[in-house]
Amino acid sequence: MSDTQSDPAVDLILPPYARALGISLHGLEGDMPVLTVGFSSVIEGRPGAFHGGATAGLLENAGYAALRTVLVREGRNPQLKPVNITVQYLAAGKQKQTYAVGRITRLGRRNANIAVEAWQDDRGRPIATAILNILMAERD
Amino acid sequence: MSSSKARFDPAQASKFFTKHGHSGWLGLRYRAHGENWVELELPWREDLLGEEDRAVLASGPIVSLMDMASGMSIWTTKGDFTPIATLDLRVDYQRPAKECAAVIGRVECYRTTKSAAFVRGIAHDGDPDDPVAHVAGVFMTIDRDPRQGKVPMGQDAASSAGTGDE
Repeated sequence: MSDTQSDPAVDLILPPYARALGISLHGLEGDMPVLTVGFSSVIEGRPGAFHGGATAGLLENAGYAALRTVLVREGRNPQLKPVNITVQYLAAGKQKQTYAVGRITRLGRRNANIAVEAWQDDRGRPIATAILNILMAERD
Repeated sequence: MSSSKARFDPAQASKFFTKHGHSGWLGLRYRAHGENWVELELPWREDLLGEEDRAVLASGPIVSLMDMASGMSIWTTKGDFTPIATLDLRVDYQRPAKECAAVIGRVECYRTTKSAAFVRGIAHDGDPDDPVAHVAGVFMTIDRDPRQGKVPMGQDAASSAGTGDE
């Protein structure tokens, strides 16, 4: 809530896995980072379509980015440990630019529950959604 | 292609899958299979870290591994290479994979119906009795459009792998 000059969502550092997939920061939706990835052979499953695992990778990274953003704003820097991820595939990921943004449903001291949506042309028609539970462990 | 189709062979099919697209990029390797299960391996790779400062594999590639092993276990169980699409996939992580360790994913297809296939499996990094993760998923079989021999629009959900309807 501070009027800092640097926004944690914009200053986000993506992990090596995200960068290797070709994921980058697209912008903000509200105060949450929107990640994006272009179509390439690296994320191709069935010819001409996204691999379910690559879609999950985008969703997961958007979920972590949302959580990191909120934690930085709160001055927290815990180690994040995944508990689980549930992915719903709603439509084929076509050969198009794809976006994802996470929302924190609940942020506690130890656990965070995050809902993530991914879409292509139409923000109102997600191609996949995910729920992530992430454990937050304070660093010693 | 041919009219007399051979039974789906995951060992053979892997030779294609592991050279192309996302699976090829990850470097997935075939390990073993049975009547209704397939085991694949995700080799250790330095650029797949989930965090900059820990040599631990991100969870995303494990989802890819398990999604791929799921699809192959379904084709192996059904015996043919019908188009399928992942509907729902859940991964529960018991612990991080060991540093610099390959991860092995073993998935069984425990039930198929006319339109769905149900899978479950584990990911481990050497000891199957000490899994890194458990996975459960539901896949839908996609009926071909008899007019075109192609997947009808609308049911064409994101899939794990090449559904090979060409």
